[in-house]
Amino acid sequence: MSEATVRKQRPKFLALNEIRLPLPGIVSILHRVSGAGLFLFLPFLLYLFDRSVGSPESFAAYKSVVSNPFIKLILFGLLWAYLHHFCAGIRFLLLDLHKGLELEAARKSSRIVLIVSIALTLVIGVKLW
Amino acid sequence: MVKRIVVGAHYGLRDWMGQRATAIFMVIYTVLFALNALMLPEMSHEAWSGMFKGGFFGFLTFLFFLALFYHAWIGVRDIFMDYIKPTGIRLALHVVVLFLLVGYAGWAAQILWRL
Repeated sequence: MSEATVRKQRPKFLALNEIRLPLPGIVSILHRVSGAGLFLFLPFLLYLFDRSVGSPESFAAYKSVVSNPFIKLILFGLLWAYLHHFCAGIRFLLLDLHKGLELEAARKSSRIVLIVSIALTLVIGVKLW
Repeated sequence: MVKRIVVGAHYGLRDWMGQRATAIFMVIYTVLFALNALMLPEMSHEAWSGMFKGGFFGFLTFLFFLALFYHAWIGVRDIFMDYIKPTGIRLALHVVVLFLLVGYAGWAAQILWRL
């Protein structure tokens, strides 16, 4: 047990309102937030998938659910969450392979992730609705 | 005497690999899904549900759901490990999430295999 308590005292600075997160940090926390959001909405998404493939009647019911503007807004948010998680995830996989670890490259790739995921969300979102 | 913090039995490495393996599979599936969806002649019930009816893509879709739920389990568990400190509450949440995800897997199977 005693080994488990051998820990260095490290300084902590957790004033969240004062921390200015750099771009890669923003991508990282959004990766977590989008993942958590997608997880929370899984039952809703499964329900929609179930209705959409079920029968012609349930497909019509699905159509009327997703034509609701409020539901559309939620789905738009979930689409962004999926695409951000997707793009940021690919970036993290590349970082695992030691690609783009330098500060400049890491900043550039995080900017690309933010821009590409928003652009894809707009393109797909507008095309779908 | 051991002068270091003794941790785990490499469970972490297995989860780390699992998270990435499922991620890569889901990236590939997402591209295939987008291509299939773009090739649909029209967005009707017939065409849409036909995409998942049996066959190779139906099989891949089921694997996608399993990969998604395993991936979600690791991610949500990591979030709980970071933010939920009381052991009892954390374990209770883990159990709830595990049950939910196993249930979702059954639900996904039921959706796909009834087509």
